[in-house]
Formats: sequence, structure tokens, C-alpha cells
Amino acid sequence: MADAVMAGVQGAEIGNQKLGRLARMRMADRTFHGITFAAAVAVLLLLGGVIFSLVWGSVPAFSTFGLGFLTTQRWNPVTEIFGALAPIYGTVVTSIIALLIAVPVGIGIAIFLTELCPPWLKRPIGVCIELLAGIPSIIYGIWGLFVFAPFFQATVQPFLIWVFGPIPILSDIFAGPPYGIGVLTAGIILAIMVLPFITSITRDVFDTVPPVLKEATYGLGCTTGEVVTKVVLPYSRVGVIGGIMLGLGRALGETMAVTFVIGNTHKISASILAPGTTISASIANEFTEATGELYTSSLIALGLILFVITFFVLAGARLLLARMNVKAGN
Amino acid sequence: MASLGNSAASTPQAQAIYRRRRRGNGILLTLSLAATVFGLIWLALILIGLLWQGFSGLSLVVFTETTPPPGATGGLINAIYGSIVMTVIGVAIGTPIGICAGTYMAEYGRHNQLTNVVRFINDILLAAPSIVIGLFVYEVVVAPMGHFSAMAGSLALAILVIPVVVRTTEDMLNLVPNTMREATAALGLPRSVMIQKVAYRAAMSGIVTGVLLAIARVMGETAPLLFTALNNQFWSTNLNAPMASLPVTIFQFALSPYPEWQKLAWTGALLITLTVLALNIVARAFLSPRTSK
Repeated sequence: MADAVMAGVQGAEIGNQKLGRLARMRMADRTFHGITFAAAVAVLLLLGGVIFSLVWGSVPAFSTFGLGFLTTQRWNPVTEIFGALAPIYGTVVTSIIALLIAVPVGIGIAIFLTELCPPWLKRPIGVCIELLAGIPSIIYGIWGLFVFAPFFQATVQPFLIWVFGPIPILSDIFAGPPYGIGVLTAGIILAIMVLPFITSITRDVFDTVPPVLKEATYGLGCTTGEVVTKVVLPYSRVGVIGGIMLGLGRALGETMAVTFVIGNTHKISASILAPGTTISASIANEFTEATGELYTSSLIALGLILFVITFFVLAGARLLLARMNVKAGN
Repeated sequence: MASLGNSAASTPQAQAIYRRRRRGNGILLTLSLAATVFGLIWLALILIGLLWQGFSGLSLVVFTETTPPPGATGGLINAIYGSIVMTVIGVAIGTPIGICAGTYMAEYGRHNQLTNVVRFINDILLAAPSIVIGLFVYEVVVAPMGHFSAMAGSLALAILVIPVVVRTTEDMLNLVPNTMREATAALGLPRSVMIQKVAYRAAMSGIVTGVLLAIARVMGETAPLLFTALNNQFWSTNLNAPMASLPVTIFQFALSPYPEWQKLAWTGALLITLTVLALNIVARAFLSPRTSK
């Protein structure tokens, strides 16, 4: 643009002062372009730096234990034998429990918001759900520990043990004394935390369904339920899965809420009422107290594993959502 | 919800089918309503629990005294101060970088490959576990320096601010109509002037919203501070030393066996939640008059 101006200016024989000002503008233009470019590249370098530092920090752990680190359950700071199996198991199981609860509820809320809700109620409910997403995770933690866990211990857990006690397999899953805290409690708290993410993305994806399709289905005499299950859900399937994976990414990496209520035991129990640990909870609890290179390095290796898992889950989620956007023509 | 069975409800068979469809519809819609109530109940329960437990401990002492040793009474002033200082520094570092990166993506490289890659990576950073960012800063800053420091905590928060600001800046600049850019260019103004004088002003409320949301997010972050800023029982303004923060203090006090500490933890939790929710609401109000759908 400046070139065109320059040409015009030269033709009109304007003094050196103005030329100088133009040159300065040009300089400022280039500088600004350069700065913004550098900032964009900095975002890339940031991710690169995170990955590099985690890999670098976990070298001692992996060179000592090899890949056995991933399959060993023992975690003994005294004898310096570390294995990541228990935290990985806890992370996966709590996330699965969270999704089992949050996915149906989240989709239900999204259906309510897009198909059922009177327009004046849409915004307040949407805001409430987003406020739920804004509450810091430590609040879920302290609430889970002091309010939810005692209630859970006194009512739901004895009930579960009583109901499933006589049934084979299930009696092992719900075995236990009711501690209050444990894998199931952590999973439920996580479910509350990821619910808003799943809900808001599912709602947005539902909103991309062309009204013509829905109207055509209503025109055939279909019920709202049929429109949702036969048109809306199939049309937006990819996006909903993307939203669920985004929620999964959150659940896998969530730290503080889980740290409060999971019990922090490096043990894999068949019972989901028993205490366990997750990757992030182990790091949060032990990192500042870790003495010795190997202990620290093992915790960083846990962080690397967590980062790799969440990276792939989140990347998958983004790709699916991008596909959904292309379909919607955005 | 259309009234079914007006025309075709002739045979008993058809009527049975309609009844079944209607029941299916009713069940699905009831379930979705139940899900909504279920989701909102949690929000209510958490807020009520928080107000109940937090308000009883709220007093002037909380804002005037430092965190007490076990068994004594005290306040949270050093933690409040630490939270504010580290958030301010973190936002001050992260915001310019985030706005510049977002500007590049929306103004200079809207359709190039770099922008696509940066957007993808940024979205991943946006949702990446914050504890991993804490580990990163520990390795890059804390370990070489040999001690925990408030500055390291601020850096960790800055890294969390960047993706939020990048995202909103890019989105908001993309909403600015191209005709405004063209009009500025037609006046012969260089691109940088156009961006600073026109695009930024048009997108201002959205960018401010992004910064407010970023503040709300980092205010409550605990995990990245645990092994960067650590904690401090005493009043400290030294950026090169460990510093207390509300979330880390809550974490430490809530898991302690002392009732006084647990009470303070609840009060701190209430303060943080009210601040974060207020920021969220202000941010939304800021955005709503102009860009809300």
C-alpha cells in the first residue's frame, strides 16, 4: 500500500519532510509486522519448549527404568523404584467415570437448550453452565473433600456396597469400606467439572444443524425426540465426539479437584471405592517433597506421559471439530 | 411436539404406533429436562456450600493479618497480595504476546499455513494440563536459579494467559469488517496504522473480554504455582523469593488437620470464587452489547 502512495507522492513533488515521514511509517510498518510474527512463532516455540523440557527432565527416569516404567506398579521413594502404572490407571479410570456421567447429561442439557427451552430461558441457563466452567478447580476440590465426600460416604457408598455386594464381578468393583474419598468420588467431581465443556460444545454443534433439515423432519410429522435422534444427532455426530474428546482432555489433566478427593495411594485396586492416584495428583502431591534426581525425574516423566496423552486427545478433538466446521460451511 | 395422529389415527395399529412414538418423545424430553436440572443443581450446591462455609469466617482480620501458624488465628493478606501481584505480572507479560500473536493470525497471515499451525497449537495449549506448565517453568526457571520465586509463578501464569488472549484477539479481529480495512488503506495509511487505529478499536471490547477471562482463569490456578512460587507463611514482597497465593494457601490449609486453617481455606475459596465469577460476569457484560448474537 505504501508503494502506491509513494508513487503518487513522488509525482506530485512533495518535499523531503513528507518523504521522511513515509519512510518512518514504512519502518514502523515492518517493525510491527515483525513483532506480531515473532509473537505467533513464540506460541509454537512455547509448545516446543514444553515438550523438550519434559523429555529432557524425564531422561534419568527412562534410562533407569526403561519402558518398564510404564508397566510397573511399584512406587517406592525409599528404595527409589518408580513405576507409572498406578497413576496412569487412576487417570484413565477417573476420566472414564467422568465421561460416563458427563456425556449423557451434557448431551441432555444441549438437547434441552436447543430444542425445548423457551427463548427467554436460554441465555440464563447457558450463562449458569458457563459459570460452572469458570469456577476454579480448587473450589471443586475443597467442596468435594468437605461437603461431597462425607455425604457420599454416609449415603451413596454404603448403598452401592449393599446393592452390588451379592452380584459376582460387581461386588469386586464396589467392594469396600466406604472411605468417602476414592476413585469414584474423584470421577464424579471430574464429571461436574467437564460437564460445562461438553455441554457448550455440543450445544454449539447442535446449533449448526440447518433449520431446513429440522423443519423438513417436523413437516413429515416427526416428534421432537425423533428430530433429535434421527436428524440432529446423526448430522452433528462428528462435532459431538469432538466435544466429548475435549472434555476428556480436561478430565485427564485436571489436577487440584482430583488431588483433594482421590486419596493419593499408589495402588491399583479392583474396587472403584478405594483410594488411588492420578498422574496429576501424584505430581501435585509429591513434587515439592521429592528428593533426589531420580524421584524428581520420575515425576517429570509422569508429566510427559500426561502431556502426550492429552496432546493426542486434544489434537483429535480439534481435528474432528474442524471437520464439523467445514461441513457447516464456516 | 406437533399434535400427532389427527389424520392417520384410524386403525388400532396406527394408534399403537403413535402412542409409542409419543411415549418415546416424552421420555427423551423428560430426560433432557432432568439433565438440565441435574447440571444446575451442582452449581447451586457448590455455591451454597461455599457461601455457607466461607461467610462465617469472613471478617476484617482476613484482610489485615498474615496467615497464622497452626492453632493461632490470622488472616490471608499475604496470600491475597501474592495472588494479585502474580496475576498482574502474569497478565502484563502474557497479554502483549497474546495480542501480537492474535494480530498476526488475523491481520497478516489470515490464510497462510503458519496461522493454521499456530491456531492448532494454541488450542492445545489452551486446554493442556496446567500442572505440566508448572513442571516446564520449574525446569526452565526454578531449577537453574536453585530456588522457588514469585517471578517463576508469574511466568507460569503468563504462559496460561497467552493462549486465552491469542484466541479471543484472533476471533475478534476476524469479526472486524473488511470494508473498514479497505477504507483505511484507501486513505494511504500503512497496515500497522490501520491495525492500531482501526482494527484494534473496532475489536476493543472483545479483546478486553479475552483479557478479563484470562485474569479469571489464572486467578484460581493452583497447580502451576505449587512448584514455581511455592508458598510463604510470612509477608513478602520480594519477587525473587517464594510468595504465598490464595489457591496454594487454600490447598495447604484445607488438607491440614487444624480447624482454624480449614476455616481460612473456606474463606479464601469464597473470595476467589466471588472474584472469578464477578470477572466472568463483567467480561460477558462487556461483550454483550455489541457482538452477542
